[in-house]
Amino acid sequence: MYVIIAGGGKVGYYLGRELLSGDHEMLVIERSASRAAEINDLLEGTVQQGDACEASVLDGAGIARADLVAAVTGDDEDNLVVCEIARYRGVPRVLARVNNPTNALLFQKRGIETTVSATEAILSQIEQELPVTSMVPVMQLHQGLELVEVRLSETSPVVGRTPREVLLPPESLIALIVDSGGVPRVPGADTTLTVGDALVVVTRAESKGMLQEALIGGAHGFDT
Amino acid sequence: MGCGRTGAAIAASLDQDGHSVTVLDLNAGQFRRLPDSFGGRMAVGNGMDAEVLERAGAREADAFVAVTQGDNRNYFASQLAREIFGVKNVVCRTKDPERGEIFGHLGLQTYSPTSAGAEAILAMLPNSGPA
Repeated sequence: MYVIIAGGGKVGYYLGRELLSGDHEMLVIERSASRAAEINDLLEGTVQQGDACEASVLDGAGIARADLVAAVTGDDEDNLVVCEIARYRGVPRVLARVNNPTNALLFQKRGIETTVSATEAILSQIEQELPVTSMVPVMQLHQGLELVEVRLSETSPVVGRTPREVLLPPESLIALIVDSGGVPRVPGADTTLTVGDALVVVTRAESKGMLQEALIGGAHGFDT
Repeated sequence: MGCGRTGAAIAASLDQDGHSVTVLDLNAGQFRRLPDSFGGRMAVGNGMDAEVLERAGAREADAFVAVTQGDNRNYFASQLAREIFGVKNVVCRTKDPERGEIFGHLGLQTYSPTSAGAEAILAMLPNSGPA
């Protein structure tokens, strides 16, 4: 596979190094002459100095036979232009680093589906670390059923109600309630849902959105 | 977008003809290029930011013109205007003629001052045709 990487910053350099060790044919295009010289030695002479936003530079780099172009500079406008030119030249796969997550929408609208955003990746990790407001997957069960855990916060619409009063999506069921002291209880008619309770719920993958709304309410986690 | 000499001249002319104009630039100092009579809006901000474009009224705009110094910035903002805000008439100044030609195939009207300038200068040279 022949891969062209636009941008020889940290991301481009490490990506290039991994691809080289994986026996791919690879070329990094870096605008800055000093940076290009610096990483050219480290990447076994696979770095070309030039502006990858210029079609003639990409043509000279053999874009016509490239299998993939990865645009990983620190500027989203440059990454968009590299991807657009690459696609216009018929490259089958293009991939863009998106520095500002809100820009991902424009890449999608332009048909560049594969975007990678470090900000988004870190954010999703942070969201998984926020048990207070989120729904945590516990395990996959048979036939599309899943076990999830939901911890009730003050803003939950079900606090103060009994499990029977809670309107759950179809084929969903509160299986177990663990209170904030760590004591497990099977939900019964006289159980009142309280802040800090962890509900272990059986649900379907497609009902998770509705379940989240029913137990947590509309807004949850970080709204990006 | 971009209140340099070109942007300011376009804005002033449209304003004088009675159109409703908003000029966007990162640097408020650039608005000095507009004539005192300018009656349009001046907005400070980055045109590559969808929120800034929206606040500048991109959703209601009939036309969008990107004339900053950067070809890629112009392209990015132009596609935002077209794809996200549905602006019908989008003009993207592109200094690199090669890039401009490709942008022209991707839904934008482009203008290359480089090509136009070269042609104009050649036309002023007598006997500039085949020797």
